[in-house]
Amino acid sequence: MITVNLAIIIPFLAAILVPFLHKTIKRIHIGWFVFIISSALFIFLIRYIPNIANGDTYLYTIRWIPSYNINFTTYLDGLSLIFALLITGIGALVTIYSINYLSSDENLSHFYSYLLLFMGAMLGVVFSDNIMILYVFWELTSISSFLLIAFWYHRKRSREGAQKSLLITVSGGFAMLVGFIMLFVMTETMSVREIIATVPNFNEHPLFIPALILILLGAFTKSVQFPFHIWLPTAMEAPTPVSAYLHSATMVKAGIYLVARFTPVFGGELTWFWLVTGIGLLTMFWGSFNAIRQTDLKALLAYSTISQLGMIMSMFGMSSAALQNGYSLDSVVYTQAAFAALFHLMNHSTFKGALFMVVGIVDHELGTRDIRRLGGLATLMPITFTIAIIGSFSMAGLPPFNGFLSKEMFFTAALNISNLQFSSETWMNLIPIVAWVASIFTFVYCMIFVFKTFLGNYQEEKLEHPAYEAPFGMLISPAILGALVILIFFFPNVLGEYVLTPAMYSIFPYMNGELGLHINQWHGFNTELMLTIGVIILGTLLYISLRHWKKIYRLLPEKWSFNTLYGNVLEKTESISNAVTNSYMTGYLRDYMVYIYLFFIIAVGGTLFRTQSFLFNIEGNSEITGFELLITLAMMIAAVAILLAKSRLTAIILNSVIGYGIAILFVIFRAPDLALTQTIIETVTTVLFLAAYYFLPEWKKEESKKRSKGVNAIISVAVGVIFTTIALAVQNGKLFESISYFYENSYELAGGNNIVNAILGDFRAFDTMLEVVVLLIAGLGVYTFIKLKARKGDKPLEDK
Amino acid sequence: MIDAMLYAALTLFGVAIVITLYRIVVGPSLPDRIIALDMIGVNLITAIAIISVILGTKAFLDVILILGILAFISTIAFSKYIERGVIIDRKRDD
Repeated sequence: MITVNLAIIIPFLAAILVPFLHKTIKRIHIGWFVFIISSALFIFLIRYIPNIANGDTYLYTIRWIPSYNINFTTYLDGLSLIFALLITGIGALVTIYSINYLSSDENLSHFYSYLLLFMGAMLGVVFSDNIMILYVFWELTSISSFLLIAFWYHRKRSREGAQKSLLITVSGGFAMLVGFIMLFVMTETMSVREIIATVPNFNEHPLFIPALILILLGAFTKSVQFPFHIWLPTAMEAPTPVSAYLHSATMVKAGIYLVARFTPVFGGELTWFWLVTGIGLLTMFWGSFNAIRQTDLKALLAYSTISQLGMIMSMFGMSSAALQNGYSLDSVVYTQAAFAALFHLMNHSTFKGALFMVVGIVDHELGTRDIRRLGGLATLMPITFTIAIIGSFSMAGLPPFNGFLSKEMFFTAALNISNLQFSSETWMNLIPIVAWVASIFTFVYCMIFVFKTFLGNYQEEKLEHPAYEAPFGMLISPAILGALVILIFFFPNVLGEYVLTPAMYSIFPYMNGELGLHINQWHGFNTELMLTIGVIILGTLLYISLRHWKKIYRLLPEKWSFNTLYGNVLEKTESISNAVTNSYMTGYLRDYMVYIYLFFIIAVGGTLFRTQSFLFNIEGNSEITGFELLITLAMMIAAVAILLAKSRLTAIILNSVIGYGIAILFVIFRAPDLALTQTIIETVTTVLFLAAYYFLPEWKKEESKKRSKGVNAIISVAVGVIFTTIALAVQNGKLFESISYFYENSYELAGGNNIVNAILGDFRAFDTMLEVVVLLIAGLGVYTFIKLKARKGDKPLEDK
Repeated sequence: MIDAMLYAALTLFGVAIVITLYRIVVGPSLPDRIIALDMIGVNLITAIAIISVILGTKAFLDVILILGILAFISTIAFSKYIERGVIIDRKRDD
């Protein structure tokens, strides 16, 4: 049984099929095929709900690289089921929507291939039990999201948005990979379940905190947490179905999933609590604050997504407080924050998906989504308006919509956490205050979204098309989502008992007591209700006086934003690396030689110096006769004289003196074959020098700086000294027996008296053969150099 | 006795080579240097012959012959270069 694995693989297979089907079947829109796939997967996953609610889990394994512990293992439990239902369900709705949204002139097969690729990758992320597989699918979501954002690749802004999102999410993904490897080092297992089971054994490990931070970095970049939120607003250049699907309901929640999944691993750590809660609240505040200033509807929704994700993230952080004091009954109260987070996760997917689709409809019908040009659409587009009201009132946290319930639970969680006693009280009291202020801003931008778009004056002269209600096909999906928003408000406990409670047991696997929570629409006059009423009153006041206080956004200049920082970092890294490369890649061969020799001096000389191996042992060396001394002296004189020679011919003559000197040294050291070859080669080289000499330009005095000459002198002397030292030090120790005895019986083995020739032609003939090939290549090379010349008008043979 | 004489002769040839080298390094004109190189070649031939006697081997007689030919060839090459500027003439009908 590998059914869950199959659920991941099917979208990938379908993605391969899409282009073929699109080409062969012209009559039917290819989107329907994708719709069938995703809705079939949704129904298939729904069938698991009763079993999961009973506490069953499913584990399937396909062997992939067993020798490295990497297997395609899937684990289906409450937590992954929630996400999988969102992915497939909203995937199906988005497909219906995009069938009507994208015109048939677009490259539809690309679009649906990417979409299926993304769906499969996302299912892989939530189902994977093996951290390496999880990482693979994680990167696949980044890549498919990159492709989808740049779907209109001819637009510059689309490409920029895609690049930015890829850079940020992939660098976070890399950090996460490092964190995973650290986890593997600590626990020696790649299975998430086994890691959770062995947590108490390794939470004192020095790698524990680094792994925590790196994995959180991955989650934060993916889930647009502060300050990595900047890629989401630029990713709004994608087609609206993509924004609705990836950038509100699924991909940005992958980081949330990761945090939820790893809460049992890291949740007991205070660092985790503060990072997740703190960054989450900061993101929530910053996102809601910035959403108000946006004039583009999609940008507003992007910032609102950032804010809502920050809220969900902070609730998961708060719930980790339950793990601080171990698994006791008292701490169950804190786990309810996670319940609220899961609940709001579902709610956010419903209303945000609907809102994105509403914006898509407005954009599609009117040709603009600029708030300043919109207004008065309520009577012209009544259905869209209704859905927009449902969505944004739910987002603002008003009854009778599901956002109200999750916001109340959010306040409960924030108030509970402020009673916690492991840190100074002021910090703890700050949490509900920040949450409350951010909720007020949320209320304000929700009102802006509905009322600036749909009420006020209808300005037809500013629109590209006159306003009409959208076609039926485009309204189906947002209507379903809007209906869900209301349904969840009235029957929250169906969702709570069957879907959310099992997920709670996956987040807190070792918790005692009842984890689920009964959701009440009405829970008396308590602090939470007062907070909500305060949000509504203050929010309304702020919305009415918006014109007066909007100036505060101008206090922070544009160039101080994180976008500018990101742009500057990209630009600076480019220019700095350019400058660095230009500074040493001079294009002069002599500079590169300096680097090579400097490296040689540092590496070899440094090794010699560090190992103290320059001990010279000249015992057993033969005596030096007067003649040898004189020959060596002559060669030295010639060598020095070459450096000082005033003409090339003198240098050539001196060079042949050295060559002949080597030949006589070969004679003295009893190597007749070498001496023969050396004399011949020396003569031939001299003649070649002379032949080439004719074509050389006039001998010019090299005009280089004094300092570079000095540097050259120092380097050459150092290289010489090091070589001499090595040659002398080599005699110091004899590591092995000489192998020359092997060739003593050359006559018996090879039938030759001349050992040298026997070695060359018999014992080691392979080397000789290759040397012959080298000569052949050199000869051919010279021939081609001389003979092959580009004719006039031909392309140059090589770039200069 | 004969060994000592051979070594003495060898050393003297070495001295001769060093002295000839003076002409190559300093030599005011190019022909001076070429003749000096030729002379070094001849000195080497003699030196190799003496070494062969000292070592009591015939193995280096080839070297002597080759060196004789090659010293000649390189001198000719240099001379031709000085005279015409090229070593290998092109064919007229090329």
